[in-house]
Amino acid sequence: MSKLNTSSSELDLDRPNIEDYLPSGSIQEPRGKLRLRDLLDISPTLTEAAGAIVDDSFTRCFKSNPPEPWNWNVYLFPLWCLGVVVRYGFLFPLRVLVLTIGWIIFLSCYFPVHTLLKGNDKLRKKLERGLVELICSFFVASWTGVIKYHGPQPSMRPRQVFVANHTSMIDFIVLEQMTAFAVIMQKHPGWVGLLQSTILESLGCIWFNRSESKDRGIVARKLREHVEGADNNPLLIFPEGTCVNNHYTVMFKKGAFELGCTVCPIAIKYNKIFVDAFWNSRKQSFTTHLLQLMTSWAVVCDVWYLEPQNLKPGETPIEFAERVRDIISVRAGLKKVPWDGYLKYSRPSPKHRERKQQRFAESVLRRLEEK
Amino acid sequence: MGNTSSMLTQYDIEEVQEHCNHTFSQQEIVSLYQRFCQLDRNGCGFISADEFMSVPEFAVNPLSQRLLRMLDGLNFKEFVAFLSAFSSRASLQQKMEFIFTVYDSDGNGKVTFNEMLDILRDLTGQFISEQQREKVLTQVLEEAGYAKDSLLVQADFIKILGNSGLKMEVEVPVD
Repeated sequence: MSKLNTSSSELDLDRPNIEDYLPSGSIQEPRGKLRLRDLLDISPTLTEAAGAIVDDSFTRCFKSNPPEPWNWNVYLFPLWCLGVVVRYGFLFPLRVLVLTIGWIIFLSCYFPVHTLLKGNDKLRKKLERGLVELICSFFVASWTGVIKYHGPQPSMRPRQVFVANHTSMIDFIVLEQMTAFAVIMQKHPGWVGLLQSTILESLGCIWFNRSESKDRGIVARKLREHVEGADNNPLLIFPEGTCVNNHYTVMFKKGAFELGCTVCPIAIKYNKIFVDAFWNSRKQSFTTHLLQLMTSWAVVCDVWYLEPQNLKPGETPIEFAERVRDIISVRAGLKKVPWDGYLKYSRPSPKHRERKQQRFAESVLRRLEEK
Repeated sequence: MGNTSSMLTQYDIEEVQEHCNHTFSQQEIVSLYQRFCQLDRNGCGFISADEFMSVPEFAVNPLSQRLLRMLDGLNFKEFVAFLSAFSSRASLQQKMEFIFTVYDSDGNGKVTFNEMLDILRDLTGQFISEQQREKVLTQVLEEAGYAKDSLLVQADFIKILGNSGLKMEVEVPVD
């Protein structure tokens, strides 16, 4: 892993007070005159450190939980072997065929539409949207996706954004199948990047670069511009900023919540019995991830379109983000953790350690005065 | 218990249990091994400082650097022995001895004024001036009957920390 650096102070503004979430019940405010044992007794701090070593809520968010192997006895093993043969020998080639047909249809329609209808923008955009929804449906079919959509479908209105929890890049495909969203995503290398720069560009997608801190200002401006335009496709944002394992939600970045428009939450929950859809980008490339999905039985998930929310009077964008995260987590049955997803790539700010130091220092000085 | 295998044999578990004086049950040792493998991402048999610091809850702890020095290069057996002081089965004496080893950074069995000052500095950071820290430490030492240049040994720590209901326990999650 490359050298990590502490997160810039800009990222700090994104987070509500972690102290409110972290377990500190064991550390009561000590009383009485300061004695030697109070200074030497470092057990609370050591216990916290050991607790973090043994188990911590952040690492749990990104752990792929493989299902228990059930095929280990004499009766089930042949059945499982048969399953493997069916999945790899029959389903997989069929799915590859379906996907290839889909791509042929898509590409043969998309490029003519894109070039020939250059003048007639409205019609071209409408056809492009329809075609993108089509290719996404083909993708979903290639994993035998069984997706249940609940709630009213998103409507094309200005001044609204959609936010959803993030498990894998297929979240985008699952949602795109129903509505051609414009999405904001990290620019990827390889064939995904190629798709991003050609087809997704025409939908009005916005790119960002996680490692660029100056990028945030530019991206915020692009977001605002997109939302203002009445003709633009509805904007989809994944405020977690990274893929989480569909059991937890990490803290939402406030960028989507300070655009001054309505936020429509979408909750996505995958059924793990069929396949674990979590894309652990540290462990596998997107291509491997897709192949894994295409050789599983099915991808089953629920998508809930939830009630649009607005910033309440007196509510800060961070509080708004947390409120929406709560709504999504409750709907999809996910646990909330107080960590910024970007801690995958950087260290926590020294501010948190300083707060602990400050609390202890104040307690020491106060008790020194007592008689 | 090689670097690459992710399975512990019964023999391995018993060896580790012996090494930590039976402070952890066999199930807990298996859980700890899973955790060890999870943290040791490059699979080299020990958890590097970087890998420890990737746990945000550990990184924000004021004593993390000091603990990293103690955790550096430990293999799994030693890792479990390190954590044994935090088990509910560990005696109060074991816990106090552990605290002593955290203070005694040069490992000579004696804790000096400066070693105590180092820990106090880790815990209070920039929020107390260096002079004030020295003053506070000197004052509480004298009130407890120790001169500023006293060298505290383990027995002193046990005397000072004893009878205080020291709470230093961590639960190992067992599936």
